[in-house]
Amino acid sequence: MPVGASTFGQLGANAFLDALPRGRLAENVLHFVRVLRAAGLPLGPAKVQDALAAVEAVGIGERSDFREALAAVLVSRREHLPIFEQAFDLFWRNPRLLERMLAALLPKVQGRAGDVADELPARLAQAMVRAPVPKVLPEGEETELDATLSFSAREVLQNKDFASMSAEELAQVRAIMRTMKLPLPERPVRRTRASPHGHAIDLRATLRQSIGANASLTPLSFRAHRRRPPPLCVLCDISGSMDRYARMLLQFVHALTNDRHRVHVLTFGTRLTNITRHLRHRDVDVALARVADAVEDWAGGTRIGTCLGEFNRKWSRRLLAQNAVVLLISDGLDADAGAGLAFEAERLAKSCSRLVWLNPLLRYEGFEARPAGIRAILPHVDDFLPVHNLQSLADLADALAGPRIERTMQAKAA
Amino acid sequence: MASSAQVAASVDQTLALLNGQDYVADRRLATAVFLALRLRRPLFLEGEAGVGKTEIAKVLAAGLDRPLVRLQCYEGLDTAAAVYEWNYPRQMIEIRLAEAAGDIERSELSHDIFTTRFLLRRPLLQALSPEQGVPPVLLIDELDRTDEPFEAYLLEVLSDYQVTIPELGTIRAETPPIVVITSNRTREIHDAIKRRCLYHWVDYPDAARELEIVRRKCPHVAESLAREVVGFTQRLRTLDLFKSPGIAETLDWAEALVALDRIALDPQTVADTLGALLKYQDDVGAITPEIAARLVREAQADPLKA
Repeated sequence: MPVGASTFGQLGANAFLDALPRGRLAENVLHFVRVLRAAGLPLGPAKVQDALAAVEAVGIGERSDFREALAAVLVSRREHLPIFEQAFDLFWRNPRLLERMLAALLPKVQGRAGDVADELPARLAQAMVRAPVPKVLPEGEETELDATLSFSAREVLQNKDFASMSAEELAQVRAIMRTMKLPLPERPVRRTRASPHGHAIDLRATLRQSIGANASLTPLSFRAHRRRPPPLCVLCDISGSMDRYARMLLQFVHALTNDRHRVHVLTFGTRLTNITRHLRHRDVDVALARVADAVEDWAGGTRIGTCLGEFNRKWSRRLLAQNAVVLLISDGLDADAGAGLAFEAERLAKSCSRLVWLNPLLRYEGFEARPAGIRAILPHVDDFLPVHNLQSLADLADALAGPRIERTMQAKAA
Repeated sequence: MASSAQVAASVDQTLALLNGQDYVADRRLATAVFLALRLRRPLFLEGEAGVGKTEIAKVLAAGLDRPLVRLQCYEGLDTAAAVYEWNYPRQMIEIRLAEAAGDIERSELSHDIFTTRFLLRRPLLQALSPEQGVPPVLLIDELDRTDEPFEAYLLEVLSDYQVTIPELGTIRAETPPIVVITSNRTREIHDAIKRRCLYHWVDYPDAARELEIVRRKCPHVAESLAREVVGFTQRLRTLDLFKSPGIAETLDWAEALVALDRIALDPQTVADTLGALLKYQDDVGAITPEIAARLVREAQADPLKA
């Protein structure tokens, strides 16, 4: 049995199989779908029926047609195509072979559902080993934490730099972070809703009213534009110099991702990685473990210019539509000494509605924008804010709600 | 439908149908189209701009002899623009007339003015209850431009092929239309939509297929020039550009060269006409005279091998 095939899938499909006279082919298609599911493709039981219908429609006379028919039904993202193709080649040659290969294939393509069962024991084991570290709070006990911490203890925690915290303090901060939110100011969108203070006349509602009421006067109904927070895109620097902050801030980012729609997260050091899907898992530990697997350049060097360039070319058009706000979390220390960075930063600033730079270095009183990387980015950001302790994160919401601190640092940098 | 039964008989026939309308498809695309027709599922086409996604719907409509209903998506698209709207001016006049005539019975009136006579039918409703009775090809173009609420609405339409108008009731398609959805991937479409569709990633064509497309679409372009144009564009796509040229750009460029009476590429002409291929100043700037000269040389030496 391929790993990860859910019991739900088994039950539904087995019942379905019994009703089928098609024999071995149906069975093989079923197994193939299971194999793909184990390899991380999001395929529900209904897909087996679709796949069979497709195969039946095309016939099995021609291998390539058979293959494309299955692909059309079973692949729904471009990224999954290579996985499908590998699996197809292996499976329809010798199903036995594949089962043995699967174990090797698995770690590379982490599934979304189904593999939680595998990860949980790992977490348990981790929890055992970590036992001496005090107060890693289980879920649901955050409120208790508030009570146990005295006011002054909280105060200290609020203002202490992440980089100088003890393991215990970090654990407490992590628990607080999980409940934090970032209320971005809402923007009007093109969609409307009924509102007595609206500007556009709602003819439909007006007419309905006029029918019901037996009066010669018809009061007008109005509609106003709806408002909703803009999409958010987080670019988090995970290079060596940012290591301690990045590990903490990803907790915060995880809370953001699960608090609202339209949040995308990418990490960069020497390369760019989109970790949005990995962060989607509700459980912060599972989510961060997946991120750790996906990101290959933890605590390495930084090539900000190259990474922003890649973001601009490959992702900006996909993620920055509809007036997105970009949070750039980085200390701006660049191994390439800012080469090409100004150009890419300008492009990034022009592609989003607001570019917010969160920089832990800003905690120093006498911070000066000396390094080349910082000077290259600074003229293009809309807000430049510190992000080194809990207080700065809490202030973040206020700062973003207010008017932009528009390129004020520009003068300082010059 | 006799014609749809014919075309859905096999992948080969689908390929021939697309070919007959001068759409040079690869077998993978033909399979996806065939399955969409046979299984009556919407076809979800994703790909870069200018690779011929919208064209597929047009070709299907022409080839199957069905009307094409097009819904162009944009942010804030709502039911009034996508499904139906009541014709308010006519309704008001109707009320005024009734009042003037004196025979006004309010409950009767509400019954009278919410009938199909006062209904403005927008693309989705047109596709579900076609006036001529022929189920059309419904093209939902650039779905990524709209927002999540419309996607959610579309979910109901695509799974049951029905819409509900509170004043009239539920309108259900007798025969579902052929649905083609396109996306330029300016954002990710929700998985729930994709799950209901057959997905196909429309890629840039290989050299041989692109040459065939140029031959078909621009028959007056000399064969040697067509080969060079395709060779050049194919190589251009291997460079690290902000936006690689699509097939639409290749065709534009071929036309531009003919209009300038060129019969072969040379670096100067390329520099002068690059605006037909590349639409970002950064990309145009990245093609220096040296790079242009090298690409032209390679394209002329061996057009169809990138």
